[in-house]
Amino acid sequence: MTPKTNKFATFLKAVPRNIFSGFVVSLIALPLCLGLAMASDAPPIAGIIAAVVGGVIVSMLGGSHVTITGPGNGMVGVILIAVTTLGLEATYAAVIVSGVLVLLLGFLRMGKLADFFPSTAIQGMLAAIGLIILGKQFHVMLGNRISRPSSIDYIVEIPQTIISVFTFESPGLIYAALVGVISLLILVYYPKIRNKYLQLIPAPMWLVLLSVAFSYFMELVLKAPNPIHPDYMLSGIPPPAKIFSQLPTPDFGKIGGPPFWLSVLALTLIASIESLLSIKAVDKLDPQRRRSNVNKDLKALGFATVGSGFLGGINVVTVIARSSVNVNNGASNRSSNLFQAMFLTIFIVLFSAQLYRIPLPALMAILVFTGYKLASPGNIGRILKIGKEQLIIFFTTLLVTLTVDLIMGILSGVVMTLIIHIIIAKNPGLFFRNLQKPNVLMYKEMDSRGYYVSVKHFCSFLNFFKLKQKLDIIPEQSDVVVDFSLCKFVDHTVMENLNDYQSDFAGRGGNFEVIGLDLHDTKSGHPFALRKLIPGRPSIEKNLTKRQYTLKEVADDYQLNYAFESIEDVSFIEDFLYFRTKQIQQVYNQLFNDMASFRIFDLIFSEGAFIAREVVRTTMLHIELEKELPIFTLDREGFLEKVYAFAGFKDIPIENHSDFSKRFYLLGEDESAIKEFFDDTLVHFFESNPYYHIESNGHSLLLFGKERLAGIKEIKAMLDFGKRLKEVIDKRSIS
Amino acid sequence: MKHHQFKTIGIGVAFSPNLKANIYEAARLAVFFQSKLILIHVGEGDASKLEVIETHLGAFSDRELDYEVLFEPGDPVNVILETVFRKNIDLLILGALQREKLIQFYIGSIARKITRKARCAVLLHINPSVQRIPCRHIVVNGMKSEASAKTITSAFYVANRLGSDRLTIVEEISQEEVAVKVEDDKTLRKSTLIRERLRRRESLRVAKIIESVPDELKQGVTITSQPIFGRRGYSIGHYAELVRADLLILNSPGKSALIDRLFPHDNEYILKDLPTDVLILP
Repeated sequence: MTPKTNKFATFLKAVPRNIFSGFVVSLIALPLCLGLAMASDAPPIAGIIAAVVGGVIVSMLGGSHVTITGPGNGMVGVILIAVTTLGLEATYAAVIVSGVLVLLLGFLRMGKLADFFPSTAIQGMLAAIGLIILGKQFHVMLGNRISRPSSIDYIVEIPQTIISVFTFESPGLIYAALVGVISLLILVYYPKIRNKYLQLIPAPMWLVLLSVAFSYFMELVLKAPNPIHPDYMLSGIPPPAKIFSQLPTPDFGKIGGPPFWLSVLALTLIASIESLLSIKAVDKLDPQRRRSNVNKDLKALGFATVGSGFLGGINVVTVIARSSVNVNNGASNRSSNLFQAMFLTIFIVLFSAQLYRIPLPALMAILVFTGYKLASPGNIGRILKIGKEQLIIFFTTLLVTLTVDLIMGILSGVVMTLIIHIIIAKNPGLFFRNLQKPNVLMYKEMDSRGYYVSVKHFCSFLNFFKLKQKLDIIPEQSDVVVDFSLCKFVDHTVMENLNDYQSDFAGRGGNFEVIGLDLHDTKSGHPFALRKLIPGRPSIEKNLTKRQYTLKEVADDYQLNYAFESIEDVSFIEDFLYFRTKQIQQVYNQLFNDMASFRIFDLIFSEGAFIAREVVRTTMLHIELEKELPIFTLDREGFLEKVYAFAGFKDIPIENHSDFSKRFYLLGEDESAIKEFFDDTLVHFFESNPYYHIESNGHSLLLFGKERLAGIKEIKAMLDFGKRLKEVIDKRSIS
Repeated sequence: MKHHQFKTIGIGVAFSPNLKANIYEAARLAVFFQSKLILIHVGEGDASKLEVIETHLGAFSDRELDYEVLFEPGDPVNVILETVFRKNIDLLILGALQREKLIQFYIGSIARKITRKARCAVLLHINPSVQRIPCRHIVVNGMKSEASAKTITSAFYVANRLGSDRLTIVEEISQEEVAVKVEDDKTLRKSTLIRERLRRRESLRVAKIIESVPDELKQGVTITSQPIFGRRGYSIGHYAELVRADLLILNSPGKSALIDRLFPHDNEYILKDLPTDVLILP
């Protein structure tokens, strides 16, 4: 049990830091909320309302720890379509209904929803959202407001807008474009400037401060009107007194029609996916590595969205960018979200008059920059590294999202992923036949107390939730081995998620290892690439897995050589009695010293010569000794089957060591030689060290732990054990 | 605790390439259990068919094998079920296929149909072989039910007769039993505690059952028990495959209706994906 801590005292202690981080976040949130709302064709104040309502409600009812909530990037495209098809009042109604749906998702524990989408499809969708934001706002940023029916048209017309800037007649428009360009440059170069004082205020707030200062400079010093065209100044922010008297009335009149429900569906889907992905990402940033209760958070977000809709705000979602700023500034609990909301309210109440001095192009530059980061061409290179097939999925999702809509986009991504999996695996039956089957087995290994998880058939985005369910109930402080050797196909989504688990476990003192993938084939060298097992032809002349790379490092560490190739000559272990009834198929992943007298390796063998029995994969250590030693087998009491080859031999008791004799089976033919060999030092060594099955063939030793592949941690333990055993035996033979 | 007795063993024989192997397996079992063997062929019998069967059985002539060959035309499922009832068969051996391929679908599905309806113990052989493959490791389902004590005792009886040297009792703990849903750190701690408690409770229960098993059945058998977490009735098959057990012993879930097959549960999963030889006890 952990000692009881005074929770309230810790909370109080953390308050100042949370106030500070809440303040910094509000500096970014202010311009971003205004911009995001305007980009969605909603009044700018709608973004602020969403952030304030979200901050208050989610900080009180939420289940995450350091997330920030408010209007999200992903929502822009959906709200934009809702406003154009339904009108503003009906959109508020749609927002409220989608809030109810998100609330329901929370109650139905659908926090796992985001796990059902292939990660590349989600990336494609995010990139499309980025392009939608960038495409539309780029024109406003350069003082050329246009209105087109589809989001593709906006993107196509970007070059024309750039050209038209040089033909502007009105100086007001030229100033507007100039502000846009300067703002964009500030945003791009801000992270590159290393100045402590400059970095105190986030870049978006600098834009606000500079433009307000410029406006005052014109008015008070030059006594001239602001040169920027009045159409391109921020407008439509009601004075604080009027916010509540001007509440919009949500129009539920269109609730019967399909367009309404399509919008609601899109809002719900994107809001929950964006929130879930952000929560997952923020959990990784949390220095305390706490686990968020996503269902509780979904409920809070849904409730906040309903409230926001009634007050004239847009959907409340969890946002990743602001949350990471929050973490970076030392936030430690949900109160920072509340303080962020409070500071936003203060800004609006105190400075609403000053907000009119912000030029639109400056705000839009923030959105263009956000959109660009979402749709950055660098992503494409990253995806290409994982595999060419991922690029097809990415572009399918991207293009369908841009041309049709978000829901069709993500659906097409899912379908395309499935088709590609079927083509790569060349076996549609593998997926359809086994989809329903519970393919994950988990148990606590009786001897090592670690968890062992075995996955069968296939593991992809379609059934990852089954594996996730099992992994989620394992405390992060424990040792886990996930074994894919019975699994024929593992996709990119799973590999990526497993990597997250690995860092989660590492961060909290546990150990998470993936084994059994070394024989799976892949086209790409990326650790997250999908992998499949080619039946009958295990090839390992290809890209290494993470385990193999780590083996390489271990080899360097212990001054050993590493070779992943399988070797033909297995005669060095064939004459062990253990292999008398077994057929060795492959020896690979070897770690060995220069003389090959000490080596650890993975091996595949089959049991039973008559009928193709189950194939066994395991990790063994072989030590060649200089001196002769008696032939024997040492096994723990209770694992008779391993020494079946000895049937008929009897257990040799060692005098004065009844405990040793009780715990181990020592078998062999030459009883007196064995008794002589097992002297006090050797017996003490075995008694006080972890258990391995050990065999001697007269001149060398073979030892192994479990009849499965060993994880890195287990291999290290084995190396250490082998080294010390060799020392003990060598010393003995000298004396 | 009482256990099942296999006094009469029945096997359905078809003149397939597996005939010899099937007969050898059945005859060997009859010798091990010292029981009477009844060979049922669905279809008209004639002297040549009988001769083929008797030649195969000839190999066991010096081991006092008591057998009877029956020829009964009719619907395979009905004939076999009826014979089981009439002849008081305790153990019915069926050749099953690891996973049905289309051509073999028919035979395989008969085996499964019988499994669902039979009132006796059913042994599904996935790899009948002329040469004996020793049955070294038996995995038995120790899931809590009225029959579990009898099932475990019977598993010891089978292990004793087949000369197995290792018996693993698997307790399946399903997620539903751990009433807490893991959502954050607090619920995780709670559910880990509950699971640990369940594990201890199950081990204690199994230990009590093992104690009640007569010592002569336990002799020479190494007993281990392993609690696993997964879907009931399927994960045990996965486990048996993983530890490369030679025989998996389960107790029958009771009658199976159409709805159970549409929404597979318990043993239905194992029948679809046989990991190893499976013995289903009534």
